[in-house]
Amino acid sequence: MAITTYRDALNQALREELTRDDRVFLMGEEVAEYDGAYKVSRGLLKEFGPKRIVDTPIAELGFAGIGVGAAMVGLRPVIEMMTWNFALLAIDQIVNAAAKIRYMSGGQFGCPIVFRGPGGSALQLAAQHSQAFESWYAHVPGLKVVMPGTPADAKGLLKSAIRDDDPIVFIEGEMLYNIKGEVPEEDYIIPIGKAEIKREGGDVTIICHSKTVGLALKAADELAGEDIAAEVVDLRTVRPLDREAILSSVAKTNRCVIAEEGWPFAGVGAQVVDLIQREAFDALDAPILRVTGADVPMPYNRQLEKAAKVDAARIVTAAKKVLYHGD
Amino acid sequence: MATTAVPNNRKKETSPETAELHRRYLRQMLVIRRFEEKAGEAYSLGKIGGFCHLYIGQEAVAVGAIAALRPDDYITTAYRDHGQALARGMTSRAVMAELFGKAAGCSKGKGGSMHLFDASLGFLGGHGIVGSHIPLAAGAAFAIKYRGGDQVSLCFFGEAAANIGAFHEALNMASLWDLPAIFICENNGYGMGTSVSRASAVANLSERGTAYDMPAETVDGQDVLVMREAMERAVVRARKESHPTLLEVRTYRYVGHSMSDAAHGTYRTKDEVEEYRRRDPISVLADRMRRDGHLDDAGMDALEADVREEVEDAYRFAEEAPDPEPDQLYTDVYASEGGGQRAEEETENA
Repeated sequence: MAITTYRDALNQALREELTRDDRVFLMGEEVAEYDGAYKVSRGLLKEFGPKRIVDTPIAELGFAGIGVGAAMVGLRPVIEMMTWNFALLAIDQIVNAAAKIRYMSGGQFGCPIVFRGPGGSALQLAAQHSQAFESWYAHVPGLKVVMPGTPADAKGLLKSAIRDDDPIVFIEGEMLYNIKGEVPEEDYIIPIGKAEIKREGGDVTIICHSKTVGLALKAADELAGEDIAAEVVDLRTVRPLDREAILSSVAKTNRCVIAEEGWPFAGVGAQVVDLIQREAFDALDAPILRVTGADVPMPYNRQLEKAAKVDAARIVTAAKKVLYHGD
Repeated sequence: MATTAVPNNRKKETSPETAELHRRYLRQMLVIRRFEEKAGEAYSLGKIGGFCHLYIGQEAVAVGAIAALRPDDYITTAYRDHGQALARGMTSRAVMAELFGKAAGCSKGKGGSMHLFDASLGFLGGHGIVGSHIPLAAGAAFAIKYRGGDQVSLCFFGEAAANIGAFHEALNMASLWDLPAIFICENNGYGMGTSVSRASAVANLSERGTAYDMPAETVDGQDVLVMREAMERAVVRARKESHPTLLEVRTYRYVGHSMSDAAHGTYRTKDEVEEYRRRDPISVLADRMRRDGHLDDAGMDALEADVREEVEDAYRFAEEAPDPEPDQLYTDVYASEGGGQRAEEETENA
């Protein structure tokens, strides 16, 4: 199997879907002539031309809405947000238009659109360019929220997202673009709404998505050194949650840690805790712990930033706590 | 920037085809007027809930503009959408039933007054956030051009929406990309209670077209024929040249912003409303038809009776129509019912 970066896996997904379906087009800032701010769209203008790879002015609200209108009448837009931080300017179109068109119209109009781009913490980009918004979108009925943590998932999930008939919020890991992994060369898709056990283990479940997948696997390695077998469950899709995968892992391990980059209050992990306490209360041998970003705007200073971010060490500490390890 | 003159001495129209068209416009405007009056009555009786924004006084804008469209063109509008829906060909029954929240409504009772939709008529909705639907209309125009078609995408919005970012972003891209869109700014003088002069740095909103290299006109919106002709020029530009147009249409609403405020309110005088009523769009056309020999008292009475019956029928239909089934709560959220979070999020929470 070919070893590919997360960035190139996304590029392959776009190329394959643009080839497969001529209703698909990519629109956003710097996606065409600049080859993509993060190079995810590299080479696509040359291959598909300016009709289908469309550079926009800096006008997130406007081009997100243009995407919604085009989707309502039958196209399959992929709208690139240079980062999800800038999508705040377009959130009205995502939440008030895309998510609600089907319902408000009594099912007459759908909105098959993908809003995609990098999210999560970056590196010393400070408060306005380094934040995780998945829980905002996951709150909204009508949207699906997809967050791949590996190159293979990035490709298979983006292809699924483009083929999906509902509006998709597809949040790529800004710090994951360079990670490498095996990516199948054949045409494959990964279903939306399905988690994957990235590592099996019987002692503690670590639930993660996007960047925290790599951190959880690293934590699991460290825990293995202390004879603790952690099971790493990658949600891959935040909404809809893969309820079965979460519950069956917790039924096996009886202990759970949830790691996410976002802020703690009303985060994705809080929703997962709600599910587990309601459906698997008797299986729990310890309170569930959450490892999140610090409840502050992201600081610029390198040391402060490090303290604000989730890392493998904090996941390890949490896992030991739920195992009462060392008590 | 051309300003269309008010044609006080428009030449006499004699052809039977023209007479027939005028009768159709008169009927459509009268249907909208009587429908809205009935909707206001139903609202006061508690049969219609939420917000309800009436179109009384602005009828010539929707009727004149939509008269210039083809059936396969698209229309997107804001929350004051009853008039445009009726002018596009939605039945009084389907619209009234939607206002009543009934399953037989054009949006199955899920949208209400502000969210009228009809895919079969290319009616892309009533939208409730000021100005946010203007990019959607540009998106429909983008799709037309993308597919190489010759449809046009028409967008209605109030003059208050011309001050919000979505308007500027959409018009810029529509012109930059030569999209077949027509933007109709219905300038009724007030965004809720804020007059144009207190909200816009320019008095003539058609001047906003200059910023986007977009042909623009200020149009008399109380004369349905003037409205149609201005729209025809815009349609040619969109269909043949794939370039957008901005039409600032001067009109007036006789009623409050919504049903929750009085007709003239605190921000304008009764006299002002009365002044505008003297150039009522229905009278403007009816008077011309009388002059041309296409309408007499008996004809007007017959038309009134016919329209009143249509509206009464719609009211009865809406009142008697069933509510949506309870299970409709969870349909139409996702394309497939498995897409939702219902099971996960709501299990035994009740």
